[in-house]
Amino acid sequence: MRGPSFLEQLRDAVSGAVVGENLTAIDPWINIAPDRMADACRWLAKSSPVRFDSLQCITAVDWLETDPKKAAKVSWEPRLELVYHLWSTASKVSLVLKCTLPRWKDGVAGQLPEVPSVTGVWRGADWHEREVYDLSGVWFTGHPDLRRILCPEDWEGYPLRKDYEQPLEYHGIRGR
Amino acid sequence: MSQLVDDDPRIIEFDVRTDEMLVNMGPQHPSTHGVLRLVLRTDGEVVSQVEPHIGYLHRSAEKIGENLTHRQWIPYTDRMDYLAAMNMNLGWALAVEKLMKYEVTEKASHLRVLIAEFCRIASHLVGMGAYGLDLGSFSPFLYAFREREKILDLFEEACGARLTYSYITVGGLTADLPPGWLSRCEAFLDQFEPVIKEYHTLLTTNAIFVKRTAGIGVLSRDLAIEYGCSGPVLRGSGVDQDLRRDGESIYTAMYDGYAFEVAVMKDGHYPRDRQYPAVPSDAVLGDCWHRFFVRMLEVMQSMDLVRQAIDRYSASKGTIGEPLKLTEKMPVGDAYLETECPKGQMGFYLVSDGSAIPWRVRARSSSFSNLAVTHELCRGCLIADVPAIVGSLDIVMGEIDR
Repeated sequence: MRGPSFLEQLRDAVSGAVVGENLTAIDPWINIAPDRMADACRWLAKSSPVRFDSLQCITAVDWLETDPKKAAKVSWEPRLELVYHLWSTASKVSLVLKCTLPRWKDGVAGQLPEVPSVTGVWRGADWHEREVYDLSGVWFTGHPDLRRILCPEDWEGYPLRKDYEQPLEYHGIRGR
Repeated sequence: MSQLVDDDPRIIEFDVRTDEMLVNMGPQHPSTHGVLRLVLRTDGEVVSQVEPHIGYLHRSAEKIGENLTHRQWIPYTDRMDYLAAMNMNLGWALAVEKLMKYEVTEKASHLRVLIAEFCRIASHLVGMGAYGLDLGSFSPFLYAFREREKILDLFEEACGARLTYSYITVGGLTADLPPGWLSRCEAFLDQFEPVIKEYHTLLTTNAIFVKRTAGIGVLSRDLAIEYGCSGPVLRGSGVDQDLRRDGESIYTAMYDGYAFEVAVMKDGHYPRDRQYPAVPSDAVLGDCWHRFFVRMLEVMQSMDLVRQAIDRYSASKGTIGEPLKLTEKMPVGDAYLETECPKGQMGFYLVSDGSAIPWRVRARSSSFSNLAVTHELCRGCLIADVPAIVGSLDIVMGEIDR
């Protein structure tokens, strides 16, 4: 199931979706092109031989080394990585999708990177995407109601970004 | 005569047009199980829309986790689902062990099963008692807390804490059981078994309770799956899934050799391995009553598992081993693991850059997904049913807001 044949089927069904994979990792994962994310998920949920009918979790990982000394040594590029954990209730198997985004859209600080929303595939994605938007700053295009969920609506910044700075005060409450 | 009719208040009432009204419920409402705020759009008694607002208990646990080593984060997992802190500890410990490819000793593994299942009983007791409270019945709450108190006493003896244990940790457990603990545990189970019948009388088969829960808030199978619901909420809708049987090998290996049947309705009946009351005729699969009942069955199931774990723990040789060092380095990579906690499937994801401090930690909360389905369940219900529906999901805000 987790083997290369399934990957070939995904490649055939959704052209241009698969841009990389690691089948030997602890949790094998497939890297999906950001603009094909929703199409790939729709196929996985509705038409693939194994129906991934449930979205368990969306995580955004911010790859940025803020310490200049360490940053000179790291081998990876700064980026934002979305990790989708899918689950098939009928077959009891999981699948990990990854999606690499720039930290800011077009390299302009403050412009959120965009990825198509998967709320049309799994309705449960609604809150998960709101949380990723709230804490990591990713704009899910096509989401019906994308606003902050854990932080107050007027909060500034995206706390789970590595370069986030805690505000000094919030409505007269001391922050640090 | 006409003067008389105008003055009659009953007739004036027919003249008043009802308007939609926004009712704010919480965040300090007793039936919202913590700091949950629900905004209800109502027309008279009928609710047309419910919007949950969360985040009042947000403590940035994930951000804190990026600054601590794997073992130092254990106390923060305690404070997620604080009613089942042992299961939270176990979930995180197993996720780290999965990344490090570390195996605990056999004795430690049996002790973990024992403790985790014991904690499940305590958590379901709160779920049951508080649910009675939501529906206006006070005594079950006292009955449930009376027994839970004894479990907490045993936990206190084992690890020193009553709520936030940090007992199960990466690489094993912080201490072995004190002498005589097992016999006191067995004595509790013997005493507890007949009490469950009391609970069934007080709630499960109680006519008022059945009226308030049967056929209310029906969650269909497909909707439950699409929203990523898990645990008793998913099994209450008739989906046969329990990670202790269906999960990843590192987790299911713990339960190898343990006999238990998943508490789910299959072919029109629940597992027939023990005595329990019949399903009331008004109950529909997926309603509040079934979610509650699955929890009650799991209390009995966990008691069986604790008994088996006591035997296997006493029979296993060797020690429970030593927990990993606080600064033990993790390999580069990422790992995700879900475990079956009392509230549902709790997932922990960690990304490591090779140091002892994770690059990113993520907690996938079961209550978060279970609560997300509220607005679907409450559409068109009565205001009085809202606490019944939210209570049947058995949510804990500490886990949702993290």
